[in-house]
Amino acid sequence: MKFQQIDQFAANLRADTRESVHSGSKAGHEKRTSVLFDHYADPNRLRQIAGEIKQHVVENLDTYLPAVEARLQANGVIVHWASTAEAANEAVYSILQARGAKKMVKAKTMVSEETELGHFLEKRGIECVETDLGEFIIQIDGDHPSHIVKPIIHKNRREIATSFERHGLGAYNDDPETITRRARAHLRHKYLEADVGLTGANFVVAESGRIVLVTNEGNSRFCLAATKCHIAMIGIEKILPRDRDLGLLLNLLARSGTGQQLTVYTEFIRGPKAAPQEDGPEETHVVFVDNGRSEVLASDCREILRCIRCGACLNVCPVYRQASGHAYRSVYPGPVGAVLSPLLAGKQFPELADLPKASSLCGACNEVCPVNIPIPDLLLRLREKGKREGSEAAAAATPPMGAWSVMATQPAAWKLAMFGGKIMNVLPAKYIPVPALQAWQAKRTLPAWRGGAFRSWLRTRAQPAADVRSAKSEG
Amino acid sequence: MLNHERPPITQRRVQLMATCLCDAFYDDVARATVEVLEHLGVEVEFPEGQTCCGQPAFNGGDWEASRKVVRHTVRTFSGDLPVVVPSGSCAAMLFHGAPLEFEKESDRASVEALGRRTWEVLDFIVNGLGITSWPGRYDAKVAFHRSCHSRGTGTGEAATRLLGSIAGLTVAPFGEGEQCCGFGGTFSVSFPTISSAMGGLKLDHIRAVAPDALVSADMSCLMHLGGLAEKEGKPIKVLHAVQVLRDALRQGGLI
Ligand code: SF4
Repeated sequence: MKFQQIDQFAANLRADTRESVHSGSKAGHEKRTSVLFDHYADPNRLRQIAGEIKQHVVENLDTYLPAVEARLQANGVIVHWASTAEAANEAVYSILQARGAKKMVKAKTMVSEETELGHFLEKRGIECVETDLGEFIIQIDGDHPSHIVKPIIHKNRREIATSFERHGLGAYNDDPETITRRARAHLRHKYLEADVGLTGANFVVAESGRIVLVTNEGNSRFCLAATKCHIAMIGIEKILPRDRDLGLLLNLLARSGTGQQLTVYTEFIRGPKAAPQEDGPEETHVVFVDNGRSEVLASDCREILRCIRCGACLNVCPVYRQASGHAYRSVYPGPVGAVLSPLLAGKQFPELADLPKASSLCGACNEVCPVNIPIPDLLLRLREKGKREGSEAAAAATPPMGAWSVMATQPAAWKLAMFGGKIMNVLPAKYIPVPALQAWQAKRTLPAWRGGAFRSWLRTRAQPAADVRSAKSEG
Repeated sequence: MLNHERPPITQRRVQLMATCLCDAFYDDVARATVEVLEHLGVEVEFPEGQTCCGQPAFNGGDWEASRKVVRHTVRTFSGDLPVVVPSGSCAAMLFHGAPLEFEKESDRASVEALGRRTWEVLDFIVNGLGITSWPGRYDAKVAFHRSCHSRGTGTGEAATRLLGSIAGLTVAPFGEGEQCCGFGGTFSVSFPTISSAMGGLKLDHIRAVAPDALVSADMSCLMHLGGLAEKEGKPIKVLHAVQVLRDALRQGGLI
């Protein structure tokens, strides 16, 4: 492979797509920064505390999982365990079958993207409607989300208006309010017709069994209000120990994700309706999804399981801003995806082992992450794993280091190379068949080679200090 | 977080790690480092066997190759003197990167010990020696690029503090200063499209404030940005912060 695939993708990206992604993520980052730093004296301390809480959960999942199961069951929730994506989809399908359900409305959940639940159910004759506006547009376009919080960050409103027109949702009109009203009118009927509502969860509290959901459109609330059965598909890492941890985590999630102090809707779901409640689902199911997470837990990258899917690392990432989410060829793009996607790929790791390379290791992701995940360190560990496992995707366009390491461990050879490099001052770069040098020079000039000049200055100058000073005043 | 605990500076003697970039291209930066340190009364040793900190292979994923070079560096910089480096990136490699790739190695302790006594030069001057203002004179408006490997370290603040105190010098802030320039080591050649696009954005912000020079604590960022600017036919002057410090001393007639 001659190129890094993500760089190629960026090179071929449409200019207006890049502009949408770039301006959307930049705006998201700026809002996040002001809402955190204007209100809190030391947001970084909050990120550390939140990180410690989530790390504690990750380290103690073996005790938290049975605890949360018991709590949920005590609340009347039926708990299912799914070790793979297929098992998770099957679990959902069997719940639908048992109820004779044909129609489902669903709120945005990344884990269902992971398992490709929508396709799975549609193949089995179930109508499965996305109710989050962004996800709805993705669905009618047959597209994929390119951001974990703003799935259509890569689209502009003209494209959306065209999609609506194509889908029979009214004549072309790119006014955002009109678009929203039309989606709303369309979706209202879907809620009323649906048998089952499916959501994800942002958090599940071990102490109380509370399922916590945040949205800005209220669509998850509709998914539950009109249906008789609620299914929550939840990654096993979503647990929080105590209800009072929510104060911190909900705050950081909203501020980091969308730059809000709190999301517009925050739901705390205890379970199926119980007297004296008149409305709400009669049945509540939780499908806990592993799908590779246990392996991540066993790896030296388990910190990534702290992730609360806020998307802040995508917004700040200069590589994501240039490449867009689809460049990452996986459900999770950006810095979090560059770590999580290859890990969740299991045996297919080598195919996605180029993702951790798509970073200048600038560390901005770590600086914004509300749970303080050391993403650059994890990227580095995965680069090492990619090299060790001989991934071609990872090796593409990467300068080989063998000769360099020989020179850099033998001072005599090093000095010779310092001298020999002078050839670059006389020979035009195009005649030097080193791919890295070619790639460098395609975009940039090289400064003059002055190998060894510092060492000879050191040698030839007289004694330090005093003499250097007098030499200077003469010059 | 890259910050690390370091023993306080008790003697005025250091080992200089010139860095491979200064060895190959930027001899004047290494020289300025020596001149500035000597002006401060610090004696500078230069271990002749030094080569590179090992970062290229570390970032590229070839930790086996990188560890060989780090071991060579540990041997070359033996003793307990502070090691001073005119690069935030190479310094971070020694106190953060190298310990990461030696986590499971039996000689981890010696690598960590080198990391603990390694200082980026501006950080050393301000936080090691306790010098917070700079004499001399330098008549210019400069833009200071905070290189990413100094995130979480004392370098960025040290640099703005020292530069800001020089008579005649203004440091002009520019937009999105926290964003990376796109160099990223091997990233610059394996992701040339993205790397150069990132550099282009950085240059736009820098040019908007029309500085006389672009200053940083890392020649790698400057080699990339300066090279991009020159390739576009709109070159900008690039300087390591330590060259500005040295030139301020010269203009002030102090050396
Ligand atoms: S890794 Fe951190 S910043 Fe990125 S999505 Fe997850 S929680 Fe947010």
